[in-house]
Formats: sequence, structure tokens, C-alpha cells
Amino acid sequence: MFKKKIKDPRPTIRLKDDLVSYGMMSPFLLMYLLMVIAPIATAILFSFTSYDMFSPPEFVGLSNFVYLFVSDSVFIKSLANTLQFAVVTGPLSFILCFLLAWIINDLPPKLRAVITLVFYAPSISANAYVVWQYIFSPDSYGFANSWLMSLGILDEPCLWFQDPTISLFLLMAVQLWLSLGVGFLSFIAGLQNVDRQLYEAAAIDGIHNRWEELWYVTLPSMKPMLIFGGLNQIVTAFTVGDISMTLCGFPSVQYAAHTVSLHAYDYGILRYEIGYSAAISLVLFIIVLFTYKLFAFAVSRIGR
Amino acid sequence: MSMSRPKTKRLNRSLGGDLLLTFVLSLMAIVMVLPFVYAVVNAFKPLEEFYLFPPKFYVINPTPENFLDLLTLTNNLWVPFTRYLFNSLYLATLTTVISVVVGSTTAYVLAKKNFHGKNFWMSMITTSMLFTSSILGIPQYVILSKLGWVDTHWAIIAPVVGSTMGVFLMKQFMEGVPDAIIESARIDGAGDLRICWTIVMPMVKPAWITLGFLAFQSGWANSGSNLIYTENLKLLPTILAQISASGMARAGVGAAATLLMMLPPIVTFVATQSRIIETMASSGIKD
Repeated sequence: MFKKKIKDPRPTIRLKDDLVSYGMMSPFLLMYLLMVIAPIATAILFSFTSYDMFSPPEFVGLSNFVYLFVSDSVFIKSLANTLQFAVVTGPLSFILCFLLAWIINDLPPKLRAVITLVFYAPSISANAYVVWQYIFSPDSYGFANSWLMSLGILDEPCLWFQDPTISLFLLMAVQLWLSLGVGFLSFIAGLQNVDRQLYEAAAIDGIHNRWEELWYVTLPSMKPMLIFGGLNQIVTAFTVGDISMTLCGFPSVQYAAHTVSLHAYDYGILRYEIGYSAAISLVLFIIVLFTYKLFAFAVSRIGR
Repeated sequence: MSMSRPKTKRLNRSLGGDLLLTFVLSLMAIVMVLPFVYAVVNAFKPLEEFYLFPPKFYVINPTPENFLDLLTLTNNLWVPFTRYLFNSLYLATLTTVISVVVGSTTAYVLAKKNFHGKNFWMSMITTSMLFTSSILGIPQYVILSKLGWVDTHWAIIAPVVGSTMGVFLMKQFMEGVPDAIIESARIDGAGDLRICWTIVMPMVKPAWITLGFLAFQSGWANSGSNLIYTENLKLLPTILAQISASGMARAGVGAAATLLMMLPPIVTFVATQSRIIETMASSGIKD
């Protein structure tokens, strides 16, 4: 569909449009500026300062950022972990979300509601992932250990989340298990909103199999939801922290499950080094921004 | 209009493929439903079964004891338990309505209106969504306290009004609404609010129903524990955490509380998901 660009020469009409538009957006814009933009702007300013919340912030230029990359080996470790984590879980969970929504979409309505609930289950209670703590608890009381030991596969209890060689991989598995969240629901809603007539037209135009239908009809109609779901998955994948803190402890053994978000939390909340913490978050933001731009570009190529 | 026309014939299906798919889906479903099973089982476990070896994923002697204990404990609270329940229900409902109304109105403007600064606001909203939400915490608290909203329910409501998630979700869906429909409504003399609510919203029903559910879920789970200190303003999750966080003896009570907290989102989910299905029949109104 091409966009009609009507340049209205009458300035009063433009003015009226502006007034109506900003009027309708005003409750959101006001609170958005206060609750989102002001905090972000503050954080960006703080990232160039040394600030402990008690004495006034002191401008230090780029030294926070220099220190991060030159002297903070724990940060480098957390960055490596986060990148590894995001590269694996981001694309996988995005594809998983879409494929499942696509498969579920073909089911009879009642069955679909039930199955959607089942797949969404891990996201419905805020910290359902605690269940993995019981299953993989490091003593012989844990489900996994007691089963594996009674089967003779393990001789002594595995430390699971406490074992630095495997903890990051276990976290990735938990993240994938958690990934059918907001994006998944938006895909399901999006698939319902695809115009049925497009499918009929495509069938007449000679689309032969489901994969062609997916690529030429479904995916192009789903672009806006793919962008929404992808943005959510990217942010979730890069800002991982809570599940690591709950399951692997804080700090994790040998920082094996330490992430950039946790590093920011460590300095911001625990050590009151607000400036340094803000710098960490800003570095993370730049990585997320870059990834998102790349993703948005990839989505724009769909169906070509 | 393709109101009641059946879906076009299914392309390329084989029995073998369907069976394999069913098998894989069932296997995944079992893993996904684990926290539900675990929450239900634990809520009915007598205390001694919490510390059995080897641990059990089922309950040997189911008992309502945990729920009765929870009832006793809540009856002994200084402020009646129903007060916390009411606070949470009321705020979850209010923030859900706000999310849908504010999110949709704003999204309509961004998706369908032409105004100065449109691209600026759109890229600002998208970019701000890429920040970790944890970065907002401290500065948001400072602003809320300057406004005098800390320890009032405004501290819960204000961030919801300014939340970008709903705006972005709704905008993505509304872009698919054909401009021709909006133009013809305008020629018929409808104003923008009217077009938004009577023309566009019915066409993106799956979107706002999904948004409504997500908003209710997060509103219900919001504990607000670091923003609200006055006892009779506190929310349910805060108080349940407080009750069940008193040592091992309260493990059962905690499990009962967890299960009860999970129920309203599940009920809402089932209700809203069946609504999404209903809209399928009416999606033929496009063009």
C-alpha cells in the first residue's frame, strides 16, 4: 500500500491537526517525559560523573568508560557472558515464539486457548523459574540429582547452577523456557489479524506450499509484530540478570554467570557508585541499539 | 466480506508430519507446565513432605492445612486482609483500563495522524524501550518523591500512564488499518477520538485484548514495596511475601499464597484468549 502524501497548504488545518494530535497524546507524553525520559537523561548525565548519592556529582569526563574497558576485568567477563547468552537465546527464542504461535494458530479454537495457556505458563507467575532451583538444587535432595544418582548416571551430586563450567548453559536453557512471553502473545494476536483475503488471493496466484505461504503472505503481514516481538526479545536477552541472581546466586561462582545488568546492579544499588553504574548501563544500551537496528533491517528484507 | 467463509484448504499436510509435531508439542508442553504442577502440588503438601528425601513431584497426603494456616495468619493482621486484596484488585483493574485507553489513543495518533514531530516522538519511544528498565529505578523514585507521590497510589499509576510498551504494541497493529476507512469516516464527519474508538479499535481487537491481559498481569503482580509504606495502602504481593517469609515453617503457607496469586492471571488469560479467537470471525470487515 502506498502512502498518500497530501501537503495541505492551509496552515490552520496543520495547526488543528497538531493540536488534536498532541492533545490526544498529552497524558502519555507528560508521564513519559517524567517517568521515562527524565530518568534516562539523568542516567546519561551521571555516566560522565563520579556520584555516590551523598556528595554532589563530580564531572569526570570519559574516565568511567575508560576504566570499564581497561581495568575492570569483571566487566569484561560479564560482557563476554552477556554476549554469549544473547547470541544463543535471542534468535532461538524469537524463532521459537514465532514457530509455536504459527503452529498453534492452525489448531481448533478451544484447544488453541488451552495450549497457549500451557506454553505461556512460565511467564504467568512472575518468578516461576524458581522451580528450576528445586529441580537442580546442588545437594542430593534436588530432583535432578536424586534421579540421576538413583539411575547410576551420577556418583555424587552435581552442583548445577553453582558449577562454573555449566551454569551459563543452564541459564540459557531456563531463558529459552521463559521466552514464550510478551512476544509470543503479540505473534498470536498478529496472526489473528492477518487479512484472510490475502491467503485466498495467494492460493489463486499459485502459492503451493505452507513455506511459500509463510514467506510471501504471513511474514510480510506480520512485520510490525515481528518488530515488536523482536525488540522485546533483544532487550530481554541482553538485560538478563534476575534469573542469574536467583538461580546462580550473587555473585555467581567465579563470576561464571555474571552479566552486564548484574554488574550495573552491583555498582548502582550495592556500592552506591551511581556514575559508574550508569556508564555500564549506557554501554549495554549501545550494544542493544546496534543489535536492534540490525534486526529491523533484517525484518525489512522479509518477503523479497 | 468473508465473514463465514471457511479457511482456505490446508496446504501440504501429511499424517506423519502431524504426528511428529503433536509429539514434539506434547513433550514441550510437559516441560512448560511444570511450574503449574509444582505450585499446585506444593500448596497441598503437609509440612513434613516438603523435606522428604528423595523429593517428590506429587503429594502423598493432600491437605487443605496450608490454606487454613494462611487464613489464620491473614486474620491476625493489623489491617484487614481484604484491604490489601482490594488495593491490588482495584489498582490492577485501573492500570489495565489506563494502559488500554492511553496506549490506544496515543498509538492511533502515532500510526494514523500527520503532525509536526511525529518521527521524532516515534524514534524517541522506540529508542527509550531499548534501555534496561533497571536504569529507571532510582531517578524515577527521586522524581516521584519530588512530586509528593511516594507512598500514594499515584506512584503505581504514573509509570503505567507513561509506559511505552502498550503504545508501541498498539501502534504496530494500527498501522495495518487501511487509511481509506479512516478517510471515509472523516468525510462522514467523525472526529479523531470517535474514529479511534469506533472504527480502529474494533479492527485491532486481538491487540488491545492482549495488551489488557498483559497490563492486568503486571498490575496484579506489582508489589510496590519500595514505593508504598502506609499499611492500608500496601498491595497484596507485599503482604503475602511478608507472611510467607518467616522461616521454614511457613513453606506451606508460602506455597498456598503463590497458588492464589497465580489464579487471577490464569482466569483472565483464559477469558481474554477466547476473546481473541472470537475476533477471527469478524476480521473480514477489513476493506
